[in-house]
Amino acid sequence: MTSTDLAFWLCAVLAVASGVAVFVVDSMARATYALATSFVATGLAVLLLQQSYLGAVIVLMMVMEMAVMAVYMVMFMGMNPALMPMSMVHSHRWAIGVSVATFVTLGSGALLVPWPARRGSPPPDVTAALGRALMESHMLVMMTVGAVMVATIVVGVVLSSHRTRYDRFGDDLRHRDPADRGAR
Amino acid sequence: MTLETVLLVASALLSVGLYGALSQQVVVMVMMGLELMVAGVLLALGGLWWFLAPDPSGQVLMIVVLAAMTVEMATGFAVATVLHRRAGGDMTDMTAELHE
Repeated sequence: MTSTDLAFWLCAVLAVASGVAVFVVDSMARATYALATSFVATGLAVLLLQQSYLGAVIVLMMVMEMAVMAVYMVMFMGMNPALMPMSMVHSHRWAIGVSVATFVTLGSGALLVPWPARRGSPPPDVTAALGRALMESHMLVMMTVGAVMVATIVVGVVLSSHRTRYDRFGDDLRHRDPADRGAR
Repeated sequence: MTLETVLLVASALLSVGLYGALSQQVVVMVMMGLELMVAGVLLALGGLWWFLAPDPSGQVLMIVVLAAMTVEMATGFAVATVLHRRAGGDMTDMTAELHE
């Protein structure tokens, strides 16, 4: 057993255990921390698979996402989330059955499929090769992802804004006075 | 660390996430489940990339999955915000209005 194996198993156990903890602990704040731990462990496991850029991006993105989640909890739950016990499940047994069946199916697939031998060898600098692929042969992917990201920003703003100019001035923006003056 | 073990860990992550997405009632917790599922997919893709075909195209696919994760999270938070504003809560059972 090499040190890479040891590190991988540590990350794997940490990722799955804290993933389970997300739905076992009784407060939202603890669930958020558990999820962050799980994602960092997943990112480290991806790092062990020699993908330095993607692993680092996963870790950074997930830490930021958990920070957003903390802000969300403070904004909307109006309480100290760490002190608020909760149990909010429905169709518990059914969900456990489905997820165990999924794990058995996927796991037996992983073990039973005769995986082919490795084709080709990794480029000497994986990150540089990825950058070159994104900017040369796979640029269409990058352009599409960029457009989708812009659409996501628009969706987020439109969905979450309370009152826009269309609320104030009508659908064709022709009203002089805000239509809902005083109604806010 | 072989391909089989990486895929096993990935499927464990995906199953845990599936349980959460099916069983939780708070929208944010459902999102956490979905994100665990995507994390499992990412890990499986990373393992397949490294052990089967280590050329840059597979990594581009992983970037697409990461982007999907970002979209899911941003839109999910926006939808949860709308639910809070409309109904003052964030339980999935409150969003049955299309069902009625």
